[in-house]
Amino acid sequence: MQTRDLEKYVAEHPFFAGLKSDYVKLISGCAQNAAFNKGEHLFREGDPANQFFLIRFGRIAIDIPVPHGGAITVQTLEPGDIVGWSWLFPPFAWTFDARALELTRVIAMDGACLRGKCDADTALGYDLVRRFSAVIAERLQATRLQLLDVYGTVKG
Amino acid sequence: MEATAAASRVVSAPENPPNPWIPRRFRVAARKQETSDTFSIELADAGGEEHEGFSFRPGQFNMLYAFGVGESAISISGDPAAGGQPVHTIRVVGTVTRALGALRRGDVLGVRGPFGSAWPVEEAAGRDVIVVAGGIGLAPLRPALHQLFADRARFGRITLLYGARTPRDLLFGDDLDRWSRRRNTGVQVIVDVAGPSWHGNVGVVTSLFKRVHIDGPDTVALICGPEVMMRFTAVELLQREVPIDAIHVSLERNMKCATGFCGHCQYGPAFVCKDGPVFPFARVKPWFMVREL
Repeated sequence: MQTRDLEKYVAEHPFFAGLKSDYVKLISGCAQNAAFNKGEHLFREGDPANQFFLIRFGRIAIDIPVPHGGAITVQTLEPGDIVGWSWLFPPFAWTFDARALELTRVIAMDGACLRGKCDADTALGYDLVRRFSAVIAERLQATRLQLLDVYGTVKG
Repeated sequence: MEATAAASRVVSAPENPPNPWIPRRFRVAARKQETSDTFSIELADAGGEEHEGFSFRPGQFNMLYAFGVGESAISISGDPAAGGQPVHTIRVVGTVTRALGALRRGDVLGVRGPFGSAWPVEEAAGRDVIVVAGGIGLAPLRPALHQLFADRARFGRITLLYGARTPRDLLFGDDLDRWSRRRNTGVQVIVDVAGPSWHGNVGVVTSLFKRVHIDGPDTVALICGPEVMMRFTAVELLQREVPIDAIHVSLERNMKCATGFCGHCQYGPAFVCKDGPVFPFARVKPWFMVREL
């Protein structure tokens, strides 16, 4: 894929909406295209978290492994969503599995590369952390609602 | 007893409808186990009385009486156009619903109703409709969906967002399949948690809002589910510029008399049984954040 195409995909992804064009160009240097077939894992719990992913097409399940080889899906993600922030914080290890539910195309962003650019330009770093914080807050709120188990207590 | 008799005379005086205090006898004509803890029963006239069929408006409820056990307010979940044989979908959560769940075909129960306000289906004519259901909350919305799809051309885009606890807790799978194939209709289902065999959405129902397009100012919203879910759903709708007057919620409280006399279901200045259960969100919004209610 051409660098220009990657820049276009990065710029068009909702997660980076409004990001300054010179930043788009800068971080696109950390991007590469990737595809995962149905059932294929993007990563597994405990793996080094070297990347995060911008979903372009397809769907991703976030799974928590359970004993005896199974897994519980706690969230599904779709085009426009991102997968993963473990690359941003020590110990840089995934805390869940991510599995493609169908053929899924993503932009994979190199975490070490991005951290280096964020360290060199703290304004970029601040911008990215704000974007990730919004996603983390949204998912924390959703997790709280799931923990309430509201459908388990309503009367019929 | 005198007070009860007096109240009965007041209620029944204008058009001489059936006495709302006296249960009518119906028998279970059909029973379907929907999920591990939820079942549907279709009721038919038990005979021997002067029944004039059974008509209701979407969103209304009946008081179902398990003889010797007690009464419970149960929404009507069937098609209002079917007439005569009301359907109720009931989740077993207590003594009465457990007794109702033990009824089998041919068994007799008491029915008072229908009671309460209805979904404003007519108000939605010519506009988009978004229906948001959580858990057993799909049951009271189902008659409104039947009515919307029965007269499909009169409405704009119909969107149904339905959340449940797990895939095993999803209700009315056949209906969901059928509705999702209708023209200009979107059906999105999501569960809180799932095993690997589930290939649908996982998360909270409000996360579906970013998956659908809503023409806010021209949309009517019908919501039923746990109040926490309805509160967050209303926030999402308001953010998308759905007018607050176009948002309607169905509330549930401990209903006893069903006619606004006993006060058990008082909600702020309203009685859920008589003034609800379907309310314009604008009317009940102030009470949503009152924790004691």
